[in-house]
Amino acid sequence: MRTILYIIQKEFIQVFRNKAMLPIIFVIPIVQLIILVNAATMEIKHIRLAVVDKDLSQTSRKYISKFNGSPFYVIDQYTFSMDEAENELKKGNIDAIIQIPSGFERKLVRESQSKIQVIVNAINGVVAGITNAYIQNMTIGYNIEVVTAIAGKPTIMNPPADININYSYWYNPQLNYKNFMVPAVLVILVTLIGMFLSGLNLVREKELGTIEQINVTPIRKYQFIAGKLIPFWVLALTELAFGLFVGKVLFNIPILGSIWLLFGVAAIYLVVVLSIGLLISTMTNTQQQAMFVMFFVMLVCIMMSGIFTATETMPGWAQRIDYLNPIYYFMRTVRMILLKGSGFKDIINEIICLMVFAFAMLRMAIWRYKKTA
Amino acid sequence: MKEFRGFVIKEFYHIFRDKRTMLVLFGMPLAMMLLFGFVITNEIKDVNIAVLDRSKDEVTRDITSRLVSSGYFKLYDNLNNDKEIGKVFRRGIVKEVVIFEPGFGRRLEKERIANIQILADASDANFANLITNYTSAIIRNYVNETNHQQTFPYQIVPEVRMVYNPELKGVYLFVPGIMAMILMLISALMTSVSIVREKELGTMEVLLVSPLKPIQIIIGKVMPYVALSFINAIIIVILGYWVFELPVQGNIILLMAECLLFIMLALSLGILISTATESQQIAMMLSMVALVLPTILLSGFIFPIENMPKILQWLCVLMPPKYFIIILKNIMLKGTGLAYVWKETLTMIGFTVFFIVMASKKFKVRLE
Repeated sequence: MRTILYIIQKEFIQVFRNKAMLPIIFVIPIVQLIILVNAATMEIKHIRLAVVDKDLSQTSRKYISKFNGSPFYVIDQYTFSMDEAENELKKGNIDAIIQIPSGFERKLVRESQSKIQVIVNAINGVVAGITNAYIQNMTIGYNIEVVTAIAGKPTIMNPPADININYSYWYNPQLNYKNFMVPAVLVILVTLIGMFLSGLNLVREKELGTIEQINVTPIRKYQFIAGKLIPFWVLALTELAFGLFVGKVLFNIPILGSIWLLFGVAAIYLVVVLSIGLLISTMTNTQQQAMFVMFFVMLVCIMMSGIFTATETMPGWAQRIDYLNPIYYFMRTVRMILLKGSGFKDIINEIICLMVFAFAMLRMAIWRYKKTA
Repeated sequence: MKEFRGFVIKEFYHIFRDKRTMLVLFGMPLAMMLLFGFVITNEIKDVNIAVLDRSKDEVTRDITSRLVSSGYFKLYDNLNNDKEIGKVFRRGIVKEVVIFEPGFGRRLEKERIANIQILADASDANFANLITNYTSAIIRNYVNETNHQQTFPYQIVPEVRMVYNPELKGVYLFVPGIMAMILMLISALMTSVSIVREKELGTMEVLLVSPLKPIQIIIGKVMPYVALSFINAIIIVILGYWVFELPVQGNIILLMAECLLFIMLALSLGILISTATESQQIAMMLSMVALVLPTILLSGFIFPIENMPKILQWLCVLMPPKYFIIILKNIMLKGTGLAYVWKETLTMIGFTVFFIVMASKKFKVRLE
């Protein structure tokens, strides 16, 4: 036990002696929270439209005003030339064009059907899909209005059956995307600090050759691994507390569940992350290699954890692979605890999975670490 | 010149001998493309929902089976009372609960109007928005079909055309970003780390006293990374074409030239970072925070810049990858030529020159 304490002491001294490390540990969370949470908005708003209204009738103007009233759209340009509008679309100054051909209103009254053209820059498929849905929905509504406007009164005698749909959004009535992102940033933060610090630490000793000196001491393998793990485990947990505090102060995120439960899960999760970091560094020879492997592992795991988009939207095979992704469990539980107030009973499965991971990864790291060079 | 050639060959050996890094370097574009192409989607399929049916008549059963047979939703549970709603939401499996009011079918028949309540777990706001939209579309369709005898006497028909990406594939948006990220990673991050490594291990001293000029050392060091980055760029384009049928609409030579320009830019950034730092860990952290993170977040790669707060939008102006991504989108997806991207190209050249000047000012021939 004393041996482990000495190694821990040594590690702490090393971390705190490195002048650049401390700012990194405490500045990164703030920067990340501010930038990531604000930048990572998948909210769709300000879709820029160009309107080519060649009809200039009352019906066409009213139709266009429907877009003006929507929170999603901004009418950026009015023009009469389709070429000009298409050019703007190419330049990327606008996102969609609505063209109303001349004789639109006349045709609508005479032939009872009239067409308009909508051209959407579909490079961002999500925006294009929503624009399409919005236009279709809005036009159906507008058609009813037109009937009243042209015919004077509703021509339909027997009122159609209607279902009134009432929405309620639990846990986040304003659909604030930030609430979703702050917990995610905390997860990234803890993972990043934990994995990189532990992973680079061991391989650095290898690269500089100081590992040899430790290898010839009577320190046992598990003692060495424990001595390497515990300091970063403490640091990362401190980091989580710090991040949570900053998140609360800056974004006032809801903390509905038990903080103790959150830290309990984080403590288990960190063993997994730190062990993976150590495992990678036992398998690599230079910091550059280790960094690349870690970066790769982290990127894939984070992207698949449902950070930006719900895991339910992934294909089935990807969802099954996710059962092997520790970040997926942690991401889920952090959000559940913070945003929904889920208790121990609700997340027992995730906790068990994380424990299995922690045990397996730790065993692997100890097994892979060889005292012989 | 002979010494220089020898030096470059040494550098190539250094890098290509490192099997693990090579594996990651070439595995990365592949994994990223597959990840973004197949995994990061907004498709809705088999989302678990629960139904609280207080009416239990033919109509409610009909609507429920409509929801399930759409393929978007899967009925996870039939609830019996309000209390169970919170319970299923907290467990995190069910994402939406549909509630039918008592006497639903009867009211729809007699009073011509009935109420449905859709509760969504909005801890994921966007997803909640998406699934409630789908649900209400299915219900509206049902209503429309039961009213099928009535059509509107006047109809405006919108003809929507999706340009540049008719099938609304997610990869189209991500390919330019992946390209920018990987080039940035290899060119800037690898370069800075490999130069700092020589400093940290003390071998830089050996190089400095050799007959090679400092400029030759730097050029020799970055050469392999130029090659690697360029090969990766080509791999991404080919992968996009083969796996996702993403054609290059514009001029391929222009595309490659712009890639080279961006590689130069990233390299000069990497060199600048390496002149300013002394240890690999610091260089890495700096590269991560200053290069990779902004490339992912502040370049319009995943998140549209227009949606960000104004301050961040100004910050985005300073991010070189932003311009590269705009250029790539133009050339690859829209098929436009230099006439549409000359401003961005000039900006990138400006950045490159600026970084090179800065780096050469800071470069020290002596070790203190």
